[in-house]
Amino acid sequence: MKRTINIFGSIDWLMVIIYLFLVFFGWLNIFAVGYNEKFTTIFNLKLNYGSQLLWILFSFILIIIIFILDFKVFPFFAYIIYGLSLLLLLLVLKFGTEVNAAKSWFRLFGFSIQPSEFAKIGTSLALARYLSGYGITKFTLKTFGICAGIIGAPFLLILMQPDPGTALVFAAFLLVLFREGLPGWILVIVVFVFALFLFSLLLETGIIVTALIGIVLVFHFILNRKPKVFFTSLVIFGIIYAGLFLANKYLEAGIRYDLVIILALVISSIIYIVLTLKHKVKHVFVLLIFLYGFVAVPYSVDFVFHEVLKPHQQKRINIMLGKEQDPRGYGYNVNQSKIAIGSGGFSGKGFLDGTQTKFDFVPEQSTDFIFCTVGEEWGFVGTSVVLLIFAGLMVRIIIVAERQRSKFTRVYAYAVASVLLIHVAINISMTIGLFPVIGIPLPFFSYGGSSLMGFSVLLFILIRLDAMRKAYL
Amino acid sequence: MDQHSDRKFIIGGIILLITLIILVRLFFLQVIDTSSKLSAENNSKRIDFEYPARGLIYDRNHKLLVYNQPAYDLMITPSDLKPFDTTELCDILKISRERMKEGIKNSYKKLRDPFIKQLSPETYAVLQERLFKFPGFYVKARTLRKYEREIASHLLGYVGEVDEAIIQADPNYSLGDYIGISGLEKSYEKVLRGEKGQKVYLVDVHSKVMGPFQGGRFDKDATVGRDIVCTIDADLQEYGEKLMKNYKGSVVALEPSTGEILAFISSPFYNPSLLIGRQRTQNYLLLQKDTLQPIFNRPLMANYPPGSTFKTINGLIGLQEKVISTQSEFYCDLGYYSGRVRVGCHNHHSPLDFREGIQNSCNAYFCNVFRRIIEDPKYGNVTEAFNNWRRHVVSFNLGSRLNSDFTNELPGFIPQSSYYDKYYGKNGWKALTIISLAIGQGEILVTPMQMANMTSIIANRGYYYIPHSVKEIQGQNNIDERFKEKKYTTIDTANFRPVIEGMYLAVNGGAGSTAYWARLPKIAICGKTGTAENPHGEDHSIFIAFAPKDDPKIALAVYVENAGFGSSYAAPIASLLIEKYLTDTITRPWMEQRLLETNLLYKN
Ligand SMILES: [Zn+2]
Repeated sequence: MKRTINIFGSIDWLMVIIYLFLVFFGWLNIFAVGYNEKFTTIFNLKLNYGSQLLWILFSFILIIIIFILDFKVFPFFAYIIYGLSLLLLLLVLKFGTEVNAAKSWFRLFGFSIQPSEFAKIGTSLALARYLSGYGITKFTLKTFGICAGIIGAPFLLILMQPDPGTALVFAAFLLVLFREGLPGWILVIVVFVFALFLFSLLLETGIIVTALIGIVLVFHFILNRKPKVFFTSLVIFGIIYAGLFLANKYLEAGIRYDLVIILALVISSIIYIVLTLKHKVKHVFVLLIFLYGFVAVPYSVDFVFHEVLKPHQQKRINIMLGKEQDPRGYGYNVNQSKIAIGSGGFSGKGFLDGTQTKFDFVPEQSTDFIFCTVGEEWGFVGTSVVLLIFAGLMVRIIIVAERQRSKFTRVYAYAVASVLLIHVAINISMTIGLFPVIGIPLPFFSYGGSSLMGFSVLLFILIRLDAMRKAYL
Repeated sequence: MDQHSDRKFIIGGIILLITLIILVRLFFLQVIDTSSKLSAENNSKRIDFEYPARGLIYDRNHKLLVYNQPAYDLMITPSDLKPFDTTELCDILKISRERMKEGIKNSYKKLRDPFIKQLSPETYAVLQERLFKFPGFYVKARTLRKYEREIASHLLGYVGEVDEAIIQADPNYSLGDYIGISGLEKSYEKVLRGEKGQKVYLVDVHSKVMGPFQGGRFDKDATVGRDIVCTIDADLQEYGEKLMKNYKGSVVALEPSTGEILAFISSPFYNPSLLIGRQRTQNYLLLQKDTLQPIFNRPLMANYPPGSTFKTINGLIGLQEKVISTQSEFYCDLGYYSGRVRVGCHNHHSPLDFREGIQNSCNAYFCNVFRRIIEDPKYGNVTEAFNNWRRHVVSFNLGSRLNSDFTNELPGFIPQSSYYDKYYGKNGWKALTIISLAIGQGEILVTPMQMANMTSIIANRGYYYIPHSVKEIQGQNNIDERFKEKKYTTIDTANFRPVIEGMYLAVNGGAGSTAYWARLPKIAICGKTGTAENPHGEDHSIFIAFAPKDDPKIALAVYVENAGFGSSYAAPIASLLIEKYLTDTITRPWMEQRLLETNLLYKN
């Protein structure tokens, strides 16, 4: 009994209040989407706002369970929870229900459960457990390897569903590793490869390869700081490329544009290596290795996409990237979403007075595009308040993380902050056209049981752990 | 122990940076850029128009000419579509499955476009009973023109759908609206169309109605178009079209005391019912290709020389300028000769005085008159005298548009002295150079409408009202003020008497009368024949006439193309029309018979 009182005294009420605000405001917006003149009661379980109430209730029950449980179960069962979540991810590939060409859902007793939400919690716990283990004082290659494995396993399983959007979320854990000592350049390169990965699906290979060569040339210059070296390499590549380009054109060889570039790259890099053997030029081999590695990405993406993935999986990715299932043409969804948000103006059209989101102009308006309703009905005032509250929550989590004596709690807190960050950033960015349309929900806001309960548990495990920070003395 | 603690600032910085980027973007999207507010409104608004019935058109005796018939457009609301028996619907509509598929596909993109425009009454009758089987399909009522009497198509004009240019120019119109394209339908569009009503709805993405837009603030009821009583006498018009059926040409009849157009015939004509509804475009193209040019509006657009009828004008100018008197006599020896100039004439007694000159349509007489006008010493030189002559001519509104309530009028042409200066050089021309103007040939071109107006002026002894085609407008006390204004020519009333007497003699004078065909025992008809030289074939027959002489009720100009002398076809047609209008009987069926049995349509 004494301990319980103790817990309530140490709970970080700011996070709890922010959580309650986001859940309540989110529900208001889901209500606004579903509201019409036939409205009778908010407890109509056939409608989104009705069942979301149920999910909120379930979330509260889960939160109470988290507080009833001994806080030590989380570090103790971390690997088991992680293992369970991987098992569920495996099972969903076999027994899952296919929605939008992806097997990411279990259908049980009329409820839909998305195991990937569970995997985010499992991975956060597992990372925290591993990194807080004895002997992890320095971030060695082995540490990185094991961490990469912990993150990579659910990532690959979710990619196989295929649900690349959700898989992408796991990249957020790199921030956690970065906090715990992962060298900065690895973070930069991984982020870069991810970006490359994404652009490979969106852009022509030739454009990407050209851009890569340009970037590496610039780096080559930065590392050497000798204009002569930069221009020599540029001129060699330029002449050979021009020669091959013209030859291809006038001999009507019909070689693909990107292959011409690569041929030019291979020839010019061989010449360049021979030249640099005589003169001392730094980092040539390292840069070339990276360059060839990067160039391989679009081709492997291309190969995996066309040769490994089945047509329905390709379709799924195309849907995610907004290339397909767009009856009014590419970019329709984002356009409608931008119109909805933009039409809200500074102060919004008023609660329940939105027309764009309510009347289905915006797709998925109560799940992935719920931010449109905020934008339309509450205006810039509403969107900036929601955004700043999210930012405040993340910053608060970091402050909370840094005050922990337990490394487990700190790592876990960073994991929570990172997952929230990538969800909020990608979700809002896609509704305003800053990012391709990737169907991931806005935490606490979007309609859906798995998402709401997943994020509630994710956050409240942290609040529970933080409440016990004084226990680690 | 925790050597990477500083990285919390980097991570915090990343969070704040991302937040800032999104915040700036949101600010631009929501506060700075206003374009999406507009798009949003268009997105979620649907305007359903209620089309009012167009105003009716009556003839001068309040006989119905033009009214409306219902037409039904088949529409699709894609959100209400449910699986249905495609074969059955295709059979009812008599369309292919591909057309059906295409239509349904289009309905998603263009929600307000009809799937099928203007169902035939038979199709509609069948469809109406079974429409309940096809949810998502509904029928929208429109009205199309219908003609009680299929006459006067050139004057009435026709109605068609607005095109992009009209929509851009006039916000009153939107896609699918009808507008008067020519004739009365065009010039009285504002009166006839009424006011379109509208219901503005809030709709969802499937165009499903969610309720009235802003509480129905923008809704309004349709106002029915106003009726028009036109000046046409339907019976006269119909009879005229019957007589002209086998001839190319035109007839314009005016009421001199008002300027009202009693008949307006352009032959060959077309059935106005051809240019309504779905078949309009197709039929229009067919009419346009027709070598007989049925859509060519001859009374307003054909430019002919006035021929000998113009001698009346030269006579009036001569009298007005006092270069001749009614007693002036001129000799004619089968023509007029002066130097190298030779204008032939027909056989008649000689010399002739003024009245006889008109009665016999003597070329020599009017060459002399014209020469005296142009060589009148009081003007000092030929140019000044010519300019004065022209001043008189244009006071009859010849060679310029009447600017009345009809469309597509051409001006005709009365040359200015500068025209001859250009052609012959300054001072390079004299009366004899342009002597063909004396007998209404040469460069001078007028429209049949202008000729009818000229006749009306003579009948009125010197004034006219602008010829117009509308008598009354519902809900309006008066027609346009300009039609009430008496316009005077430069010729004194007294000078018209001898011209009128000459014209009376031309019909009723016995031997030497050029238009004895037009004579009627009980009605004093005054007339003047003419022949318009046609370089491409047989000359055009012209006759102008008014009656009765002392209280003119009707003045008309008749052109029959390729019919030779004016007395042969144009005069009897005019005479029959006058008899029909004034007595409502035809006492000379043989004359009518002859006209109906001849066909000059394909003669050149
Ligand atoms: Zn003569």
